Amino acid sequence: MVKEIERAGIPVVHVCTVVPISLTIGANRIVPAVGIPYPLGDPTLGDEGSYKVRMKLVKKALDALQTEVDGQTVFE
Amino acid sequence: MEKKRIVHYINNFFAGIGGEEKADIPPEVREGVVGPGLALQTALGDEYEVAATVICGDSYFGEHMDEATETLLAMIKEYDPAGFVAGPAFNAGRYGVACGSIAKAVEQELGIPVVTGMFTENPGADMYKKDVHIILTKDSAADMRKSMPKMAALLKKMMSGEEILGPAEEGYIERGIRVNYFAEERGSARGVEMLVRKMAKEPFETEYPMPVFDRVAPNPAVKDMKHAKVAVVTSGGIVPVGNPDRIESSSATKYGVYSIEGKDTMSPEEFMTIHGGYDRAFVLNNPNLVVPLDALRQLEKEGEIGELNNYFIATTGTGTSIGNAKGFGEQFSKKLVADGVDAVILTST
Repeated sequence: MVKEIERAGIPVVHVCTVVPISLTIGANRIVPAVGIPYPLGDPTLGDEGSYKVRMKLVKKALDALQTEVDGQTVFE
Repeated sequence: MEKKRIVHYINNFFAGIGGEEKADIPPEVREGVVGPGLALQTALGDEYEVAATVICGDSYFGEHMDEATETLLAMIKEYDPAGFVAGPAFNAGRYGVACGSIAKAVEQELGIPVVTGMFTENPGADMYKKDVHIILTKDSAADMRKSMPKMAALLKKMMSGEEILGPAEEGYIERGIRVNYFAEERGSARGVEMLVRKMAKEPFETEYPMPVFDRVAPNPAVKDMKHAKVAVVTSGGIVPVGNPDRIESSSATKYGVYSIEGKDTMSPEEFMTIHGGYDRAFVLNNPNLVVPLDALRQLEKEGEIGELNNYFIATTGTGTSIGNAKGFGEQFSKKLVADGVDAVILTST
């Protein structure tokens, strides 16, 4: 799905937990997520802590979308 | 004569420890066979002994790949095995990645023959087919009865130093390795014969298959995020409560388009996940963990993004065929373009 969005001309960032899979399928902008059962946030930190983690990741995803890349790039 | 020792790797599910709620268990080792190890032992015969089974949760492995591989390697080494088998993982993605990763590490570090098994679309197959022998299986565990004997047969051949034939003969996924051999006819004769067949529209087999690379060049970066329209797409199976489109919990054949107009957060009363490939407890409690509506709405209010698209698109990623996923992407991308979306955040569990 990531590749088809890219092919349609829309810049896309893949926020995912298992980065090697994302690299294999061919995503170009990749932001590693927190965990498989909770990619954006960390419920173990409570609601507020989890929201902060999520906000940070979303901002990182937006930064990735605003960064020129010439190939597959993982935004650690 | 002493039996040759084999170590077998399986995940939490095949070990009978539990499903997704147990996918976060760290590596552990048990003496003898566990679960599908019985079929492995039967297929290997009396001269071999499945001495130990190493087990790890799929999520744990996915989240701690290096560390888990190292721990498992140490556990495997203890048994001084003559061969190693992982899986088969069929179409289970994280399990396939784990099998490939451990098999590769065992081959490299311990220098013993290794075999694993997967369905061709398992992401682990593409990642590790160049490194290890992966027996081609069907997409579900119903194929265990047929795949395990193939894995055992190949491992036995490797351990006895017999010549390993090509992918078609042995049943493994093509590794891209060329082997010299003497053909009966010279190249020009074979070429002409192939051309004649091609012109007659008869089937022919190329001697030089090209690797398939489906890569898309990255689009230019978003120049003006403060005026950009951002949309969310997810493979995490988020749907309105009740799943009105009846999207499958695995092997999805459809996707859904769901409004978030006027909403500030993904309320668990309105949205749920139907994804069958991870422990849903956290996300059922707070769907913002997959569709980060609360954070994006805040950034929209602060003016960091121009506008949040008033719907998100969702399907289930687990077990879904590449063909279906590609079809969904082609279809909904047209809608996203028509609706003036400038950038997409795609989240995966």
